[in-house]
Amino acid sequence: MKVRIKFRKTGLMRYIGHLDVMRYFQKVNRRAGVDIAYSAGFSPHQLMSFASPLGLGLTGEGEYLDMEVNTCGSSAAIVKRMNAVMAEGMEIVGVWRLFEGAKPAMAVVAAADYVLTPEPELWEDIKEKAEAFFAQEAISVRKKTKKSEKEVDIRPLIYDWRLLDGGIFVKLASGSADNLKPELLLEAFCRYAGQEYDPCGFSICRLELYAREGGEAEGRLVPLSDFGEEIL
Amino acid sequence: MRSQKRKLALSHKILMSVEKPARYIGGEVNAVMKDPDEVEVRFTMCFPDVYEIGMSHLGIQILYDMFNRREDVWCERVYSPWPDMDKVLREEKIPLFTLEGQTPVREMDFLGITLQYEMCYTNILQILDLSGIPLFAGERGEEDPIVIGGGPCAYNPEPIAEFFDLFYIGEGETVYDDLLDLYKRMRARGTGRRAFLEQAAGIPGIYVPALYDVEYHEDGTIRAMVPNHPHAPERVVKQLVVDMTKVPYPEKPLVPYLKATQDRVVLEIQRGCIRGCRFCQAGMVYRPVRERDVEDLKEYAVKLLENTGHDEISLSSLSSSDYTRLKELVYFLIERFGERDVNISLPSLRIDAFSLDVMSRVQDVKKSSLTFAPEAGSQRMRDVINKGLTEEVILSGAAEAFRGGWNKVKLYFMLGLPTETKEDIEGIAALANEVARVYYETVPKENRQGRVQVNSSTSFFIPKPFTPLQWAAMFTKEEYLDKARTVNEAMKRQLNHKSLRYNWHEADVSVLEGVLARGDRRVGRAILEAYRRGCLFDSWSECFDNEKWMAAFEAAGLDIAFYNLRERSLDEILPWDFIDAGVTKEFLKREWKRAMEGTVTPNCRAQCQGCGVKKFGGGVCFEGQD
Ligand code: SF4
Repeated sequence: MKVRIKFRKTGLMRYIGHLDVMRYFQKVNRRAGVDIAYSAGFSPHQLMSFASPLGLGLTGEGEYLDMEVNTCGSSAAIVKRMNAVMAEGMEIVGVWRLFEGAKPAMAVVAAADYVLTPEPELWEDIKEKAEAFFAQEAISVRKKTKKSEKEVDIRPLIYDWRLLDGGIFVKLASGSADNLKPELLLEAFCRYAGQEYDPCGFSICRLELYAREGGEAEGRLVPLSDFGEEIL
Repeated sequence: MRSQKRKLALSHKILMSVEKPARYIGGEVNAVMKDPDEVEVRFTMCFPDVYEIGMSHLGIQILYDMFNRREDVWCERVYSPWPDMDKVLREEKIPLFTLEGQTPVREMDFLGITLQYEMCYTNILQILDLSGIPLFAGERGEEDPIVIGGGPCAYNPEPIAEFFDLFYIGEGETVYDDLLDLYKRMRARGTGRRAFLEQAAGIPGIYVPALYDVEYHEDGTIRAMVPNHPHAPERVVKQLVVDMTKVPYPEKPLVPYLKATQDRVVLEIQRGCIRGCRFCQAGMVYRPVRERDVEDLKEYAVKLLENTGHDEISLSSLSSSDYTRLKELVYFLIERFGERDVNISLPSLRIDAFSLDVMSRVQDVKKSSLTFAPEAGSQRMRDVINKGLTEEVILSGAAEAFRGGWNKVKLYFMLGLPTETKEDIEGIAALANEVARVYYETVPKENRQGRVQVNSSTSFFIPKPFTPLQWAAMFTKEEYLDKARTVNEAMKRQLNHKSLRYNWHEADVSVLEGVLARGDRRVGRAILEAYRRGCLFDSWSECFDNEKWMAAFEAAGLDIAFYNLRERSLDEILPWDFIDAGVTKEFLKREWKRAMEGTVTPNCRAQCQGCGVKKFGGGVCFEGQD
């Protein structure tokens, strides 16, 4: 049976890199006695996959991972068991049994919500410019790939934005088809606002991950948690 | 304590600018948080190397657990900041801090530094320096923590003596309580640092370097080491746990986020070793062998795996095969956990039918390799060092393993042993060749999976205090490299040379390690000079800078040859002679003489040698007598 787990990674845990988070969860499963399935072979590993790695330094309020389990109690019971062995800054928010035929989270992620919070002084300098920045028809940035560097227009990858008190909310394309890293957006914004971009000058929090309904390109964006049901 | 949000000592900006920020944030699973206002003593344990190494060390976990069981003590941790962080801390003038409380180390009552290997000595100075604690104990004031050293290198603390307020000689579990209670009592009376140290010197096992004066002969050897205070004993007696069933074991060890070098549960099954290899310091200073109760161990194994979530458990001891209930324990582990995808690793096992059976069940035979540590290439040389492993045993073990499907073998040797000849050195290649030959003899062509791989590696022998070879001379870097070259060339001449691989350790590090291992108090000056010149993380080949070290010795006016190249005379006063490590000097001398004759000595269970540790009243010395 496949289950999807939603968790928060906040506070100090932002300094734990993705590979370490994977190892952390393997240990959580053992400590909590989750009946997770293992791959066959001489060095079996837990059948577990993450929706989308979160960069070092970022926090997440709506992170996801899928697991294959042999048996499993109710959603509420698993959440409780896992949270009992969590470290400060990690918390399980929910567990769902995936619907028949649901694709793995990492294959379907299409968008992500972020809150971008600059340091207060910086915010004073740039907040006036936000309206005009997002109102542009096109936002051209230089994107480095392994082989080359090219100009791309990232405006179509920004699905939504909103000013908050002390920061900006954005909904960005995310996943294998279209992908916009928040850092790239911030870099472009800073340049537009005439400020030097300092990657450490912002706190970035990923709020939620979405997939397209029905897997269609035009499908509605729905949170990954909507692809399963609560286990009672 | 999860709800309580901790404030970090470093800003987000700084943490994002260094490699692996998780090294500096604490908050690991099973880390202990306490309210500073509710404890009376704050103790920081330090492993002076990078986090991932320090976190792998069982000894710290044992002491961390032991201290934190006391309600009046909060034990925290600190590790050596990696050079990138070192730079930031200096530039930003941020004092070094503890992981748990993120509190400056200087605000602690105690800073306990574990001394596991000599090449971490400059890191000790870094820890003190970054904490803002004066490097020399004599310059510290009432505001500074008491700096304690302990661990294997404390058996010759002299090269670092002046940087420590006191040393703890022996196993940590025994007299720390007395020390902490004394501290509390004396602090309540406001008697001050110096008075505390003087009283502490009266606790068995505690060595306060400032209370001893060392006098030298003109030739540089020691004339005398004399206590200058009535509380300082002439000989400091090592402390040890007599009954292993009475000491607590950490049931909730820390689980780091970063991958530590030991990312597994470590289960200490016994302390000490019966074998009596003459080069091995651990085998001498941890005498006598004391076994843990097998039922306790089974219970710990279950609890530890549950509480950590590790997927591997490793049995720890100097020679696991000598643990009398090994079979019972191992088969229990396999039965109980084998199904649950827990790896069981068994280092230091003799290769025989039992171990091969176990290994074939717990590891992938095709991928794993078989390890032998003959330590020397010829039987004569092995007799000198009392390594009771014969060529016959190695070859028959290898044959059995090859039949079982293994085709990779690792062989460990030492070069530069006393009385070593060219034949002994070339014997290393000959033995490796024999192992390969056995493979081709035992495994029929159709069953072979490619070539057998025999990987030999050599380290250079470093005489250590309290071993029968403590008087031996070492060699120069050039001589060491010559020896390695001799092995390498001999390898090429072997019939099966295509199956043989050979690698050797750095020679310059060994030379230094030799000086630091057997040095006297004056060597501290060279360590300080080296640190001032930028030496740090000397056990990391990418950081080690031999030229700086050589310059440091020169600046300190010390001659490496004096420490390394002469064979010490049996009646010379050695810098560590003031320590009573249990084994008597008479026993060590007897063993040195037998080594020179090439006579082997039976192990503790075969025949007691009256080494002196029976006085502690426990362990193997009393086996079979109730
Ligand atoms: S006194 Fe005898 S049995 Fe005890 S450790 Fe020494 S040699 Fe071994």
